[in-house]
Amino acid sequence: MHDTHAALLVAVMALVTVLLRFLPFIIFNGKREVPGYIMYLGKVLPYAIMGMLIVYCLRNVRFSAAADWLPSAVGVAVVVLLHLLKRNTLLSILGGTIVYMALVQFVFV
Amino acid sequence: MGYMDRKHLIRKALIKSIPVMAAYVVLGTGFGILMSDKGYGPVWSILCSLLIYAGSMQYVGVDLLVTAASPLSTALMTLMVNARHLFYGISMIGRYKNMGRIKPYLIFALTDETYSLLCNEQPFASDEDAQLYYFFVSLFDQSYWVLGTALGALIGSVLSFNSAGIDFSMTALFVTVFVEQWLTAKDHRPALTGLGASVVCLLLFDSSSFLIPAMLLITVLLSVPYAKRGGKDA
Repeated sequence: MHDTHAALLVAVMALVTVLLRFLPFIIFNGKREVPGYIMYLGKVLPYAIMGMLIVYCLRNVRFSAAADWLPSAVGVAVVVLLHLLKRNTLLSILGGTIVYMALVQFVFV
Repeated sequence: MGYMDRKHLIRKALIKSIPVMAAYVVLGTGFGILMSDKGYGPVWSILCSLLIYAGSMQYVGVDLLVTAASPLSTALMTLMVNARHLFYGISMIGRYKNMGRIKPYLIFALTDETYSLLCNEQPFASDEDAQLYYFFVSLFDQSYWVLGTALGALIGSVLSFNSAGIDFSMTALFVTVFVEQWLTAKDHRPALTGLGASVVCLLLFDSSSFLIPAMLLITVLLSVPYAKRGGKDA
């Protein structure tokens, strides 16, 4: 049952993604004009969705004790600082993750 | 097309794809490790990288699998996270017009990175040249992603290290993209709308059900300025 549900979710993700990738070629094949509203959403959604995904990742953070939220706060700060300073995507991701892992494994155990 | 031309074009595609290699191998490895950490072995993670082939979504997908999300919220999440692909497609319609048999694969494999490599390409001498070149850039990129995933799955299953906190790589990925977008965007209202609307919905609903309201609220809030301008783009 567990595996069936997982396979279903993978199929849904694959299907929706492939649909989004093919849709423009099917609908707007040079003949029809793309509606302005759709163009507008496509321009602004990526920025908004990234903010949403950050909140999604941090949705289970609680504020009752320092150990609950401090590692995440420090991790996010490290990622932001590293990226502002070096602007190297891989460095920012690896640096933040290593600091977070060190904090939850050695400091806030 | 001669053998040398063919070889030259494939070489050109390989060189062009090298900047994507590091990113895809590392991010793919992270995905493989994360999946194996949650009990989804190489078959699952490699299948995801072959069939879904969308970086951010696959990271979110790990979470959806672990929490056994509903198919509906999974579909909505994929729709929102990958909506941008519509626009990559729209801007590639002309370029991919005469791509023949390989066109479906080119469309399937149009990720952020592949798009960024191909959207500014100079015109080719012939459609055959373009086909070969676009195909190999797309194929090399997906190979890096799948290889990275396999590597991560292997690391995750062979090495036993304390993986506590590895989930944070997903947060780090999105924060990095957010900062990068912030630095390049002129208008910061969409980014702030996404953050703000999500926090509000998280406070109003609980952490397991805030996502769909957040997606709706974001879409409504972003539509207001568009409607106010009478349907004119900014």
